[in-house]
Order: sequence, then C-alpha cells, then structure tokens
Amino acid sequence: MTTLVEMHDIHKQFGGVAALDGAELWLEAGEVLGLLGHNGAGKSTLVKVLCGAYPADRGEILLDGQRVEIRNPRDARKLGIETIHQTLALADNLDAVANIFLGREIVKWGGALDQAAMEHAGRNVLARLNPNFTNHHVPVGSLSGGQRQVVAIARAIQFQARVLVMDEPTAALGPAETAMVGDLVRRLQSEGMGLIIVSHDLHDVFSLCGRLTVMKTGRPVGHVRTEDVTQDDVLGMIIAGRMPVQTRAARV
Amino acid sequence: MPRGLGHRRPGCLPGMKPGLLGTLGIDARLAALLGTLAAIWLGLHVLTDGIFLTPRNLWNLASQTAVVGIMACGMVLVIVTRRIDLSVGSIAGCAGMVIAVLQVEVFAPGTWWNPWLTLAIGLGVGAAIGAAQGALNAWLAIPAFVVTLAGLLIFRGVAWLLTSGRTVAPMDPTFQLLGGGFQGSIGAAASWVLGALGVAALAWLRLSARARRQRFGFTPRPLWAEAVTILLMSGLILGFVAVMNSYNRPRTDIAQGISIPVLVLIGVACVLEWLARTRRFGRYVYAIGGNPEAARLAGVPSARIIVAVFALMGFLAALAGAVATARLNAGANSTGELAELSVIAAAVIGGTSLAGGSGTVVGAVLGAVIMQSLDNGMVLLGLPSALRNVIIGVVLIVAVWADALWRRRAGGARGGEA
Ligand SMILES: Nc1ncnc2c1ncn2[C@@H]1O[C@H](COP(=O)(O)OP(=O)(O)OP(=O)(O)O)[C@@H](O)[C@H]1O
Ligand SMILES: [Mg+2]
Repeated sequence: MTTLVEMHDIHKQFGGVAALDGAELWLEAGEVLGLLGHNGAGKSTLVKVLCGAYPADRGEILLDGQRVEIRNPRDARKLGIETIHQTLALADNLDAVANIFLGREIVKWGGALDQAAMEHAGRNVLARLNPNFTNHHVPVGSLSGGQRQVVAIARAIQFQARVLVMDEPTAALGPAETAMVGDLVRRLQSEGMGLIIVSHDLHDVFSLCGRLTVMKTGRPVGHVRTEDVTQDDVLGMIIAGRMPVQTRAARV
Repeated sequence: MPRGLGHRRPGCLPGMKPGLLGTLGIDARLAALLGTLAAIWLGLHVLTDGIFLTPRNLWNLASQTAVVGIMACGMVLVIVTRRIDLSVGSIAGCAGMVIAVLQVEVFAPGTWWNPWLTLAIGLGVGAAIGAAQGALNAWLAIPAFVVTLAGLLIFRGVAWLLTSGRTVAPMDPTFQLLGGGFQGSIGAAASWVLGALGVAALAWLRLSARARRQRFGFTPRPLWAEAVTILLMSGLILGFVAVMNSYNRPRTDIAQGISIPVLVLIGVACVLEWLARTRRFGRYVYAIGGNPEAARLAGVPSARIIVAVFALMGFLAALAGAVATARLNAGANSTGELAELSVIAAAVIGGTSLAGGSGTVVGAVLGAVIMQSLDNGMVLLGLPSALRNVIIGVVLIVAVWADALWRRRAGGARGGEA
C-alpha cells in the first residue's frame, strides 16, 4: 500500500527568515499523525504548504506516491486535502452555513445559491459536532471562540476529504466539545481518512495519535511511534530538539 | 454585516428574540432608514409650506436621484470588498463625452442605430476603464485609493482633451429619452403594469423561498407575517407608481408615469441586489470584505472578483454619465464632477461600512434618496449651495455615528463589525 501523503525536504523563506528548512512528514490512510514543536517551529507553515496557502520554495509533495503540484487552496481541496487553520479562517460577516460552504456553494439550476439546501446540510453537520449549536443566522464574528472553532471543523468535514489537517483544533473548546472532537477524529480514522493534528496538548496527542513528528526551527527532529515514547521523551524532543536515547533504535 | 445576506433572518440581532420586524422578515436597519427618510420628508414638507410632498416635486426628486443612485449601487460592492472607487465621477464624465462626440460628430446623426451604438460603446469604455483599474489593484497590488485617485485625474483630463474643453450638443432625440425630461417617461398604463409585475415578482420570490424552506423541514415564518410583509412592500411599490402617475406633463392631463432614468435605477438596483444575494459572485464579494485571507484559503478567486467588481462599477458610472449627458442634452466637461463624493456618501448613509464586509444595495439607494431629498428640500427653501454642503456634511457624520452606535449594540464587540 502506498503512503497517502509524503512531504519531502520542504523549504520556505519569509524575507530572511527560514520558516521551513528541510521539513518532512508522511501520513498513511487511517492514521492520525501528531505534528509537534515549539511556538514558531514552522508547524502552521508546513500545514499551509500542504493546503496550498503558500507554495513551497523547494521540496516535493506526493499523494498516493504520485508527485502533485499544490499551487493554491483550490488544488488542495480538489486532491481531497481539508484544513482547519489555526486562525480558523472564517469570514466574520457571514453566518455559519455561508462559511461552511464558502468556495463550494450548492447552486440550483441556473447558478443561484441554494440557500435552503446549504442550510439543511450545514445544520446537520453542525448538530453532529455540537447539538447545542443554534446560532445559525448570526454572523460568525459574534459567536464564541469555541462556537467558531466548531464552524471551522464543520467546514472541513462537510466534504468528503482523504486528508484532514487540524491546526490546534481544540485550543478554544470546552471539555465536552474537545471530547466530541476526539470521537470525531477516531471515527474519521476508522473510515480510512488520514489526519494530521497540530497541538500543544501532549495528553490529547498521546490519546489520539499513533505517530508523532516533531519539528524545531523548521527542521525535523524526528518521527516516533507514540507507544515507543513517554511524554517526557517528547518534551525533550520539542524543547531540546534531541531524539530520546533509548528509543533511537525504535525510530520509524 | 450579514445584513443583507440571505441566510440571516433580517431584523434578528444576535442574541435577541426576533421581534416584530424579525417575524415579518424585514431588515431592521432598512426599516430605520425608511423611518429616517419619512421623518426628513415630513420635516421638509412642513418647512416648505407643503410643496415638498407634491407629485411634481417627488417626480423630480426621483429623476434627480437616478444618476447618483445608479453609481451608489455599484459603490456598495466596491466598499464591501474594503476598497474605494474615487474615479466614478470622472468615468461618468469621460464616458458621457465619448458618447456625445461619437453621436454628434463621428457617426451619422439621425440614423436609428446611432444612439444605441454610441451608448453601447460608452458603456464598454466605462467597463474597460473599471476593469483596468481593478486589475491594477488586484494583480499589481496598488491600493484602490491610489489607482482610482489617479483615475479621477486621468479620465477627467481625457474627457477634456477629447474636445479641448468644448461642449458637444445636441444629442440624438432617442438618446435624450434616457435622461427623462418631458418625453422620457413611460406613461400611466405601463407604470401600472410594471408595478403589478413588481408585486407579483415579490410575492413569488417570498412564497417560493418559503415553500423551499418548508420542503427542507425548517419552520417557516407564520403565513400571516409573510402576508403582512408582502402587503407592506406591495403598498410601497404601488404607492410609488401612484405618485409617479399623478404628475401630469405640463399643460396636459397626460400622466408622466415612471421616468426612464428612474427605471434604469430600479433595474440596476434589482440586478445588483440579485447578484449580491443569490449568486456566488455576491457571496464572494462579502467574503472578501469580511476576511480576505479566509476567502483566499477557501479558494475564492479573489483577484477575478475584484476586477469584476471594478468593471461593474465602471459600467455603472458610464451608465450614470450617459443618463446625465442625455438629461443635459450635451456632452459637457462638468458632467459627473464631484459625483464620487455624493456616491460614497449615499452608500455610507445607506449603512455601508468603510471597513468592508457590510452594506446593501437597497440601503445605498435609500441613502441616495435621503441625500437628494435634503438637497432638493434645501433648494426649495432657497438655501445657498454653500450652506447646503455644510448641512449634507453634518448629516453624513451623524449617519455614520448612528450606524456605529447601532453596530455596537447589535454586533457585540467581536471582529468583523468594525
Ligand atoms: N506570513 C508570514 N510572514 C512572515 N513570517 C512568517 C509568516 N508565517 C510564519 N512566519 C514565520 O515562520 C516561523 C514559523 O511560524 P509558524 O506559524 O509556522 O509556527 P508554528 O509552529 O505554527 O507556531 P505556533 O505553535 O505558535 O502556532 C515563525 O518564525 C514566523 O515568524
Ligand atoms: Mg501554528
């Protein structure tokens, strides 16, 4: 079986700053990968390269073993890559349903927006994530942080994706909603989707992810199976940028 | 503001129970604008000893509103995308002059095709200028303020250079109808037919949207509320027609009916409202204004949308220039001068936020009517133009201040409602 996503030797400069300097990761179908690193390590930048927000200066991306060009967000979506951005990337003046379908509106014959159909589908996906979500008709700018995050997640799972990237998806969520996202991750995983989760919460990461990729200053520190390491080992990788000694052999 | 976007039930503010307006499905801010307009009209009626609210004056007021109103409709979309177009007055003047020169001095005058062809060329010139400005903004990332400030200078200059400052007249008689005037109205019968069509379209739109929501299992508005709304709006439409029909051509008892420039304005407003509410294009315009980065990440073709918005604005400016030229019966260098200010003011009074992301076409038309009403009333009162400008300026500030208060109350402190 070929690997779902591979990113090799990705470089990205912003002005003089090398945000990515040879970053890499890979992801199998049905796998949850944790992407870890200190603030400014380049996690979001790597995610944005994968979703087409920034083209990489150098490096290659393979999907199912085939080299692909992802020049813009449309390309990524066409390839089945969905992203929940750290900033959520919501249009604050539009309501939840309009945000969920932004760029992929359902239209009637003749090209008119099918508001009722979108609202129907949008309400369903929102209800799956949070049964208490009732603010369907207010601009998302006036929703709470957690509600906004639910809208961003709903947008990513509304369309059949093969790869789902979540950049700190639970940062603003309460315990119940966080548990809901955990269940969601496991369900999508069992359906064969590949997921990449960026998070600083090691507890969540250890409970959800099968494998971890740690970055430091735009470079890969290492890739480990969650079962082979302790949280302290991973903290060492994040902070000191060193592979834990006893698991070096178990490096995958 | 979602204000104006289809999904949100208008009139229902976040965290509030839908009040009467919400139940009726009427946008509370539009209702507030209508209320303001009514107050201004009554006030001016009293101040002018009863000459303001007469069919004759209202008919003139409607025709005077057309030029600014047509441009204000497009300006809403430009401002919603967080941009501005300062060149609209100059584009109007330039397109008007192009039409005049072609019509009077280049093509054979008196042929049936002359007015149509020259009008089409003029509108094409406007759209092309707009598209070029949009492209400079979208692809070369030159701020719209700068591009269109340059456009203001360039196209005013081009209009002058076309004739070295000469005024070109007279225009083709058919073309003159576009400006209104004594012949340029459609008469009573056609006005009633249009009014009836408008009522039918309104009822069909609201009831079919209701039926569709029901089919998806949403609880619709109560039928009585829908009926009340349709009746209220039908009353406005038919009342408007009745007023236009009760002004007779001078020294006859033939009713004028809706004048052609007003018809053009109504058509433009309907098309833009349709674009803004029911098409992807409109959705993307609002998304770009709400959060440009989010729009980009969602795959919205932002650059193309921006170019299209400016092209549309240029087209409408040229259309307004054609109306003004027809009305004046001459291509003149002063056509459209300072119009950009009235147009932007109309959009802003109509509730368009200069921060982007919010505004409605209907609001902008109401804003244009409010501005024109004040101006018209003050002329009737014999106020000098300098004082009229002072008052309009004060009104602009009060309108924006009231709008800011409203937003703070309605939208909460969080993003997007700046
Ligand atoms: N658009 C940009 N322009 C300039 N520099 C940027 C840009 N985006 C990221 N950077 C820089 O790239 C580096 C990596 O940033 P990135 O957002 O990828 O970090 P991160 O690992 O996601 O951090 P965090 O945990 O805080 O989210 C940082 O030094 C940042 O300053
Ligand atoms: Mg980040």
